[in-house]
Amino acid sequence: MSQMSAAFLILAIVTMVAACAAMTLRGLVHCALALAVAFAGIGTLYLSLGAQFLGLAQLLVYVGAIAVLIVFVILLTRGGESDASPLIPTGLPITGIVVATTMLALLAWAVFHSFAIHSLGPPATPATVRELGTVLMAEYVLPLEVIGLMLTAAMIGAVVVAMKEKQDTQ
Amino acid sequence: MTPLAGCLLVSSLLFSIGLAGALTRRNTILVLVGIELMLNAANLNFVAFWRFGHNAGVSTGIIFGLFSIAVAAAEAAVGLALILAVYRHTKTTDLSLLTGRAQ
Repeated sequence: MSQMSAAFLILAIVTMVAACAAMTLRGLVHCALALAVAFAGIGTLYLSLGAQFLGLAQLLVYVGAIAVLIVFVILLTRGGESDASPLIPTGLPITGIVVATTMLALLAWAVFHSFAIHSLGPPATPATVRELGTVLMAEYVLPLEVIGLMLTAAMIGAVVVAMKEKQDTQ
Repeated sequence: MTPLAGCLLVSSLLFSIGLAGALTRRNTILVLVGIELMLNAANLNFVAFWRFGHNAGVSTGIIFGLFSIAVAAAEAAVGLALILAVYRHTKTTDLSLLTGRAQ
């Protein structure tokens, strides 16, 4: 524990608390705002790990776009009224919690039995935006174009799916 | 605990929180939120392995994380559009009502 910086611990705790709040709170709008805090926490975790560009991209895309989009959809669907259903009503959600806890135990076991707790190379030097741009434009230019095409297709598809249908459809 | 193990633990905690939310909540929007949290946990793993892994210095992890964020954004947009379309037909976003389990 001594090798981990205090900033990382604080950011991780804030992110965890916000994620738990996003998944357990009653009001849907409160959930969305807690989710924005969790996304911002993850972005600052990226920053503390030395991935500046990715951290800022995370802040822009998740906090700026996706969280706001989720708030919009909540307001469009139910007007922000709270989730009336009880959190743990019957058998099925208990199964879900058990499955998630088992998954956590399995993952933690795997981490503590992997090479991750022993070997440590020197940490990578933080990549500058210039290096990233060069790599993105030289080595990964084809995936970049494909991603652009996919984003366009997803945008058009989302608009088409969410568009109001005509009244005289069969 | 080494920094890599710490990152992986944080990431698996985040994944489990997202999984628990996606499995237990009955609102479709919150299920999508849980899936987003799981995607973010995977992204955190990419960055952690880029920073502390054996092949440190190659920026593959960051590039992969960038593409993963783009794919997650597209997935969220299409998923929320689908939720809106379903809501327009059924006037509900409750999963148990949508599947007819609690009718």
